[in-house]
Amino acid sequence: MADTVLEIRNLVKKFDGHIILNDLDMNVQEGEVVVILGPSGCGKSTLLRCINGLEEIQSGSVRIQGKEISGTKENAGLLRQKVGMVFQSYDLFPHLSVLGNIMLSPVKVQKRKKDEVKEEALELLKKVGLADKADSYPRQLSGGQKQRVAIVRALILHPEILLFDEVTAALDPEMVREVLDVILSLAKQGKTMLIVTHEMQFAKAVADRIVFIDEGKIMEEGTAKEFFEHPQTERAKKFLHVFSFEDVR
Amino acid sequence: MNQQMIELLAGGIKETLYMTLVSTFIAYVIGIPLGVICFITDKNGICPGRIIHLVTGILINLLRSVPFLILLVAIIPLTRLIVGTTIGSTATIVPLVVAAAPYVARMVESSLKEVDAGVIEAAKSMGSSRLQIIYKVLLPEAKPSLLVGGLISMATILGYSAMAGFVGGGGLGAIAINYGYYRYQTDIMFVTVAFLVLIVQLFQEAGIWLVNRIDKRSA
Ligand SMILES: Nc1ncnc2c1ncn2[C@@H]1O[C@H](COP(=O)(O)OP(=O)(O)OP(=O)(O)O)[C@@H](O)[C@H]1O
Ligand SMILES: [Mg+2]
Repeated sequence: MADTVLEIRNLVKKFDGHIILNDLDMNVQEGEVVVILGPSGCGKSTLLRCINGLEEIQSGSVRIQGKEISGTKENAGLLRQKVGMVFQSYDLFPHLSVLGNIMLSPVKVQKRKKDEVKEEALELLKKVGLADKADSYPRQLSGGQKQRVAIVRALILHPEILLFDEVTAALDPEMVREVLDVILSLAKQGKTMLIVTHEMQFAKAVADRIVFIDEGKIMEEGTAKEFFEHPQTERAKKFLHVFSFEDVR
Repeated sequence: MNQQMIELLAGGIKETLYMTLVSTFIAYVIGIPLGVICFITDKNGICPGRIIHLVTGILINLLRSVPFLILLVAIIPLTRLIVGTTIGSTATIVPLVVAAAPYVARMVESSLKEVDAGVIEAAKSMGSSRLQIIYKVLLPEAKPSLLVGGLISMATILGYSAMAGFVGGGGLGAIAINYGYYRYQTDIMFVTVAFLVLIVQLFQEAGIWLVNRIDKRSA
């Protein structure tokens, strides 16, 4: 059995007294691709933010390779590098070139050698089809290109797990594909990933396991086939119904 | 206009530039850290701290609400302590700095507030320390806006420096007051005013040119 990369136990997250995540448990094994589905506002983004320490948690534990990520201020930075996160809004640094964006953290935070980092950055950019954009600035890129840069920026830190939060939600339809293809190829390489998405076809294609969340809890989980073809709970059925259309004629 | 007048004006310009530039510089040396501290200690900041946030906020507001002419007089003892005299352009730098530093701090704070919160989170999520976020993300991101703020501050300080002419400060302001106000030599006053306007314009043009050069954020 593969090693457990992410281990969440009894996670409770509240905002202003409202319970958002309610005693949630979850494991992700090395090399596994888990897709999180759930209605809007159910806490998917909040869960990802708790996993890389952007949100304080009220109780429970989040462990990356057995090491607690919350509460430990001193090594929070170190642990965060093990969790790569890509956001819906790309959040590239506007004042830095593509290469500058990608190289900032490996050089400044991980103290790696510039030459070596640059070489890897160019290599990764080539893989996502942006070899010619290394010296461009974010404003000169399309949304899909920005998002691919953001993925490279996360990858270069060599994270143990990658978190994707609706990374195609802000993109025009024709750019969605190029970003999803990058994620699919990462899945093929055996990267451990936790993906929040509203692209159901993509979820089916990429997921080793689907986790369905509602009301701050995992309501249902299983393989993509099980979940989409035979959802067990009423909530999951209702959720999936939103994405299917019946013929009206 | 005779040779003597020209020398007088040249000296005034030099003094005004000296007061303005040195005061702006020192005001920024104090104002940037103050503004950064105020920004990061906000309850949604990268380093929340209620007490520090409150104290810096009150200090800034307090100093900002004292009218400059009053401040000028009120801190005369401090000026004498630091410079040894209360007359002349060097002495004027003290009240200018005291008045401008909190103003600059607010400018800096509002420039930092313009930085996209998502970008700060991205830096955080990649493991950056707080200092790294300040030096590598916040300040560079805000640089164009900080520069614009610097220009506005400089123009404000220039205006204040002219006011200081009333109470023994030097520079173009003192000339305008001594000749234009006390001796009714309006021609000299107009020339002085023209130079003041010219200096502000020059600063502004140079600044805008600089901002356009370094601003990578928009097309
Ligand atoms: N900073 C915050 N302060 C207060 N409440 C918040 C905050 N962030 C999120 N919430 C609330 O927490 C709940 C979960 O939000 P979250 O963004 O995690 O949902 P989501 O599942 O990602 O939804 P979506 O699919 O629309 O992105 C929502 O009810 C939201 O209003
Ligand atoms: Mg969300």
